[in-house]
Amino acid sequence: MEDLSLHILDIVENSTAAGASLVEIGITENPREDLLVISIKDNGRGMDPQMLAGARDPFVTTRTTRRVGLGLPLLDQAARETGGRLEVDSAPGRGTSITATFQGSHIDRKPLGDLAATMISLILGNPEVDFVFESNAGGVQCSLDTREIRKELGEIPITTPAVLALIRKSLTGGEEGAHTDARDEGRNDGQAQG
Amino acid sequence: MAKLKVEDLKRIKQSVQGTVNLRDGNYRVKVTVHMGTCGIAAGAREIMNVLLKEVERRGLQDVILTSSGCAGLCSHEPMMTLETRGEAPVKYVKLDAEKTARIFEDHVMHGNPVVEYALSMGSETTY
Repeated sequence: MEDLSLHILDIVENSTAAGASLVEIGITENPREDLLVISIKDNGRGMDPQMLAGARDPFVTTRTTRRVGLGLPLLDQAARETGGRLEVDSAPGRGTSITATFQGSHIDRKPLGDLAATMISLILGNPEVDFVFESNAGGVQCSLDTREIRKELGEIPITTPAVLALIRKSLTGGEEGAHTDARDEGRNDGQAQG
Repeated sequence: MAKLKVEDLKRIKQSVQGTVNLRDGNYRVKVTVHMGTCGIAAGAREIMNVLLKEVERRGLQDVILTSSGCAGLCSHEPMMTLETRGEAPVKYVKLDAEKTARIFEDHVMHGNPVVEYALSMGSETTY
C-alpha cells in the first residue's frame, strides 16, 4: 500500500464485508505528541477471541477465495515501522474497532494520500452502508456524515455523480487532488521530477 | 476545507429529481471493480476514479458502478467485471487508467468488448 488512505479503504472493506451498517473513521493528528492516529469503528458482526488473536496473522482469513488475508497485517506493519502499533478490539455482535498509531514525523510514516478518493470509493461500493468521517489532518478540520446527506437527499441515491462530486469538494476544499499532508506534496514533486 | 452545504444538496436534488431512476436492477451496464487488499494495492481506486469521471462527464443515468472483494486472481489485479444487461459478463484484468478509459468508450458506450484486455468471457461471477 502506497499511502494511509489506501490502508483505510482496505480495512473499511473488511467492516462492510462483516455486515456493518455504520462505519466511523477518524484521523487525529497530534503534533504536540508527534502522533497520528487512525481509528475505524464498525457495527459489523465482530470477531470471536480466536479470530481476534489471529487478526494480525497473514495466514488467518475468513475468505474462501484465497488462503491469506493481508489487510490488518499490512496496516500493523505500517504502524510498527514508525514505532507505533495497531490495536484491534472486537467481540461477536459488538462490532470491531481498530486503532493504528503512528509517530507522525517518522521517516517511514506513509503519507496520508487521497482521503477524498477513499471515501468516494467506499460510498460507491457500499451504497447501503453509512459512513462517518472526521479528520484534523494537516491542521484542517473536516467531517462527513452520510446519514445527514441521505436525510437531505430523500429518494435521490447518494451515489448520484453530482452528489459524489460535492462530497469530494467538501473533503478537498474544491481543489482537484488537493492534499491534506505535506508528505503527499513532497512525494508528488518527486514523481514529477522523476 | 469547505463543509458540505445543505443548499448544494437541495440544488442537486432539484436538478436530478425525476431523471434518476437508478436503483439496482434498473441499469444497462453494471461495472464492478474488485477491491480486495490485492486490488487496492494494485491501483483499483484509480480505476474506480476513472469510471466515475466518465459517468459524470457523460451524464450517464444507466450505468452503475460498484465494488466487490478479491476474486482470487490477485496477480491479475486491478480487475473489473462489466455486465451488460442480457449479455455475458466480461472480466477485465491488469487495468490502468488508459485501458479503463478505452473499455468505457468501446464496451460501455458502444457495446464492443475489448477482447485483448479481457480475462475470459461468459463464465464470470462478480463474487
